[in-house]
Order: sequence, then structure tokens, then C-alpha cells
Amino acid sequence: MYPLNTRLINIVQESPSTRTFFFDRYFDANAGQFLMVWVHGVDEIPMTLSYNSGITVQKVGDATSRLFKMEKGDTIGLRGPFGNGFTLPKKSDKILLVAGGLGAAPLAPLAEYSFKNGVDVTTILGARSSTELIFGKRFSSAGDLYITTDDGTSGTCGFVTDILTNLNLSDYDRIYTCGPEVMLGCIFNMLQDEKYVLEKTEFNLHRYFKCGIGVCGACCIDPKGLRVCKDGPVFKGTELIDSEFGEYKRDASGKKVNI
Amino acid sequence: MVAKKALYPHPKNPVILASGIMGTTGASLTRMAYNGAGAVITKSIGPVPKKGHPNPTMIELENGFLNAMGLPNPSYTEFVQEIENAKNNTSVPIIASVFAGDKEGFVKVAEELSSANPDGFELNVSCPHAEGYGATIGCDSCLVEEITASVCDIIDVPVWVKLTPNVTNIVDIGKAAERGGADAVVAINTVKGMSIDINTGYPILGNRYGGLSGRAIRPIAVKCVYDLYASLDIPVVGVGGVSCWQDAVEMVMAGASAVQVGSAVSQSLDVFKSISSGIEDYLYTNGYSTIDEIVGFSHKMG
Ligand SMILES: Cc1cc2nc3c(=O)[nH]c(=O)nc-3n(C[C@H](O)[C@H](O)[C@H](O)COP(=O)(O)OP(=O)(O)OC[C@H]3O[C@@H](n4cnc5c(N)ncnc54)[C@H](O)[C@@H]3O)c2cc1C
Ligand SMILES: Cc1cc2nc3c(=O)[nH]c(=O)nc-3n(C[C@H](O)[C@H](O)[C@H](O)COP(=O)(O)O)c2cc1C
Ligand code: FES
Repeated sequence: MYPLNTRLINIVQESPSTRTFFFDRYFDANAGQFLMVWVHGVDEIPMTLSYNSGITVQKVGDATSRLFKMEKGDTIGLRGPFGNGFTLPKKSDKILLVAGGLGAAPLAPLAEYSFKNGVDVTTILGARSSTELIFGKRFSSAGDLYITTDDGTSGTCGFVTDILTNLNLSDYDRIYTCGPEVMLGCIFNMLQDEKYVLEKTEFNLHRYFKCGIGVCGACCIDPKGLRVCKDGPVFKGTELIDSEFGEYKRDASGKKVNI
Repeated sequence: MVAKKALYPHPKNPVILASGIMGTTGASLTRMAYNGAGAVITKSIGPVPKKGHPNPTMIELENGFLNAMGLPNPSYTEFVQEIENAKNNTSVPIIASVFAGDKEGFVKVAEELSSANPDGFELNVSCPHAEGYGATIGCDSCLVEEITASVCDIIDVPVWVKLTPNVTNIVDIGKAAERGGADAVVAINTVKGMSIDINTGYPILGNRYGGLSGRAIRPIAVKCVYDLYASLDIPVVGVGGVSCWQDAVEMVMAGASAVQVGSAVSQSLDVFKSISSGIEDYLYTNGYSTIDEIVGFSHKMG
């Protein structure tokens, strides 16, 4: 597909470093699917759909900084939605969402979908500090919410894993996680010994994307050569056993870099 | 018809993974082998690490794909372990694709990658969108002959040379490769192309222009393979727009001893299995025992 020229219709500051960009185009997508967002003249970068018509962006480099300079009425090019998205829960399932920082972006639409469909939702939402917490309202309207911050400015002082250890994970039919890979790696290590828990846990991964459509191989993870852009970005915990996940990734040239 | 020699020792399945598709890691190459590729070619590897062009680097068009990856690769220093990894995990031939800006560069990269014992080399003198590399060399028959000869000198496994269609006469370049000692030529790399976003006027690819692949280029590839087969004594490997067994048989009848599949991997990773079993059925149904009996068949038919 050609990039679809799309107009920004609203921009919302979510935290000091993140903004949601709403656009005049609706994507019928599963939570966890992503778009390739073309910032004209700069770059094209992967972004999770945090709404059917919106993406939530953290300013980290060239393309995201250019996006932050944009105003209502400006246009971007969008390709997608791509990737698999999360396995949707069934009515009357009990699910646990674990979101760290921007990891809330794909999980908030999943929380809303689940609530609408009669699923029992519990969320653990973590961030560095209270100002960096995003989508707290979207999660709390969908069910129970535990908040953690690294500096204790909101909720429990500590990490999402501190809450996770105190929950009885056999209570949940499905567990969904998204956040920095170091955090996901900690969760994975916690659950690794209990294969039945890993089996029902899904991890949303990030790798460097070029084509975004499963052809170039830039985003492949060892040792099975799974493509994060096409076979993922959501993987079952059991698919990640003995993989590079949590250890290393590849940069734009294909060189390994440690997590 | 001229008898062409084998492409690599013990060829079994003539459907090969093309360079630059799922060829960035040992694991991705192994996965393609498990999915039925008869041999796999690595991403083109160069003398120094390259991040490649900025995105968008690949888009799908009506009838194919346009890409300008810009030869991203971690250089031979990192890639030796990827080839070793693939060699340890699959028995299909692993062919190392090499690019560089000059003869010395090609020799250096091939020599260094040899330590991982690839089953063959493919010299990429045909990438249409990396300044100073690829097709800039592939348009010059003297350079192609010289580079091919220097690599063949130091390498004892088969060396293939991959040609660009973006020249006036591809046969001239094919002959240069043959004179240089190539064991086969591979045709074709992508066809120069460009696409513009009419809403903004921006060329879509980060590099502005790139190379067209997929269905749209198949007739171009078939003609190149046909012409090369007619004029060369070494085997021709056909690549460009092959997405089903009928396309592969067409390429073979034009003169290809084997075919490579690139863009069609986007449909399904099972494409290798379906093409190779389709070829087998075709041979059986028509009373042939090996593919060699139909290589270049259309040259006899007027
Ligand atoms: C599936 C997926 C979903 C994502 N969803 C979101 C999201 O919802 N919100 C958000 O803010 N960020 C998201 N990201 C990360 C986002 O793509 C990067 O932050 C963005 O590309 C940075 O671009 P830049 O030009 O501003 O930074 P740069 O200066 O180019 O790079 C900074 C860092 O960003 C990452 N990055 C740059 N280019 C790419 C690329 N083509 N593919 C992957 N990573 C890249 C690299 O880690 C790099 O080190 C997602 C990434 C993936 C893979
Ligand atoms: C994304 C992409 C990357 C490619 N990278 C390389 C490369 O590194 N080296 C090379 O020799 N050819 C490269 N090619 C060209 C292919 O190997 C092949 O020659 C071309 O795509 C035509 O075949 P197809 O129509 O089956 O894709 C690339 C093609 C694509 C689509
Ligand atoms: S980014 Fe090209 S295969 Fe995933």
C-alpha cells in the first residue's frame, strides 16, 4: 500500500514527554497492531495504535521531534495496520495487563475492548514518576488498577514486578505485557519456571523496523528468525524461551547491541 | 542446447531464496531453509557497517514493491557468525552475497567471509540505489570482469555474478562475468524506479528512488535470462517476479538452471515449498525426469 495521507485533527499532551496525535482516519485494528508513520522528509517509524484514530508518541529523536512540532491540520503518511496484535480475551475471562511507561499505548485499547465485552480487567501501570503515568483513567474505567512509580510520587514506590509477585497469577486466564524490554525481561524471568503461566502471557516487543511487512528481515529475532513486524509484535511467552529477548537486539545495520 | 555445469555441489531443489530477503541473520536464513528453500543467499555484505537509507525503505505498489534499503549490513566482521550459525543449523547450501566499492573491497569481504565456509558466493554488482556500489560497477564490463577474476582467484567454491537490468545490453556484462571466471550469472536485480506522493509532492522512498521488484518485473527478467542463455556457456539463475510454479517454469524455459524468489515471500513463507512441488508435478505430468530437460526449452521453439 502507498502511505495514506492523513490529517492531524487533535493533539493531546499526555505527559511531559508524550503526546497523542488524533487523525481523520479510522483503522479497524486489533490492540497491539502498529502503523508505519511517515514524517515527510525525515523518516518512517513504527507506532502502536493507542486509539483506532490515534497514536501516542514519546519524543526521543529526529522523527518524533518533528512530530512534536506539528500542529492540527498538518499531515503524515500512514501504512498499516500491520502485525498480529494481542489474542483477544473471551467474555467472562479474567485478564491482567502489565504496562510500563509507553507500554500503556497498546494495552489501553485492549482494556477498553475487554471491558465492553464483559471481561474482568486488572491493570498494573508503572512509570518513572507520577507525571509520566499515562492512560490511568482509561485503565481505571475498565477495572482494578494498581499504580507503581520508581520514585514513589504516585501509587506504590517500586516496579510493576513488585505488584506482580504479590498477585496469584493462576487467577487470570490471560496476561498481557508491554513496556521497556528490561521490564519485560524481568517479568519473563519471573514467570519462566511456570510454563503454564508463560503459555498464557503475551509480550509486545519492539525491534528496528525497515519494511514493516515481513520481507527485509531487519526485525528478526534469534534463534527462530521470527519477524517482530509480521509474526509479532505480540508473542506468547513460550515462543520467547531461550531467545535473544531480554538479552540483545539488532540496530539498523544488523549489528547486535545488548539490551 | 549447451550443457551447463552444476550451480553448486549436489543441487536438489532449484528454488532459492534471493539476496536481501530474510537474509539478515543466520536464524532468518535457517528459517527460510526449513520453509523449503533449496539454497539461501545472505543479505549483501560489505567492507564496513552500513545503516542503510532512511525509511520509507520499502513500499508495496499495485504490482510489485519498490525498495531502497541502501545495503544495510553489519560488515563481514559481524556477519561471519551469522553464516556459521546458518551452516550449523541447516544442510542447504548457504551462498554469501558480497558488495564493495572496488576490486580490493570485494576480495577482502569474500576472503573474510570464507572463514565461515559458505557453499558459494554471489557478487552483487547490481544494486540500483547505493551510490558508488552495486550497479555503478555493474554497468562497466571491464570492472565486472576484473572484480570477478580477482574473487575467483582466491575462492574455491562457486562464484556467481548478479546482474543489473539497468543497462543497454545485459549480455555484454554477462560475458564479462563469464570471461572473469564466474560459475554462473544471476539475472536480475531490481529495475530502477520511483514513486511520488501526490498529496505532498514528496518522493516516497527515503532515498527518493529505488528498485522495482515483484510481479511487474517478471517479463523483463524473462527476456534478460533468455538473452543470457543464448550467448553464455555458464548457467543462468533467474530472478525477478517469480511467485508461483508457473512463473518458475517460464523462467527455466527461458534458460534458467534455477530460480530465486524474493518479493513473493511477502505472500507466505511457504512459497518455496509450493513452487518446488509445483515444478516437480509439472515435470512428472509432462514426462520429464529432471529440470535440466527443460532448461532453455523455448530456445528450440522458434
Ligand atoms: C512495533 C513498535 C511499536 C512502537 N510503538 C510506539 C508508540 O506507540 N509510541 C512511541 O513513542 N514509540 C513507539 N515505538 C518506538 C518508536 O518507533 C521509536 O521511538 C521511533 O522510531 C523513534 O524515532 P526517532 O526518529 O524520533 O528517533 P531516532 O533518533 O531515529 O532513534 C531513537 C531510537 O528509536 C528507535 N528507532 C528509530 N527508528 C526506528 C525504527 N524504524 N524502528 C524501530 N525503532 C526505531 C531506535 O531504538 C533508536 O535508537 C514503537 C516501536 C515498534 C517497533
Ligand atoms: C527488500 C529487498 C532487498 C534486496 N536486497 C538485495 C541485496 O542486498 N542484494 C542483492 O543482490 N539483491 C537485493 N535485492 C534484489 C532481489 O534479490 C531480487 O533480485 C529482486 O527483488 C527481484 O526478485 P523478486 O521480484 O523475486 O523480488 C533486494 C530486493 C528487495 C525487495
Ligand atoms: S521490518 Fe522488514 S521484515 Fe520486519
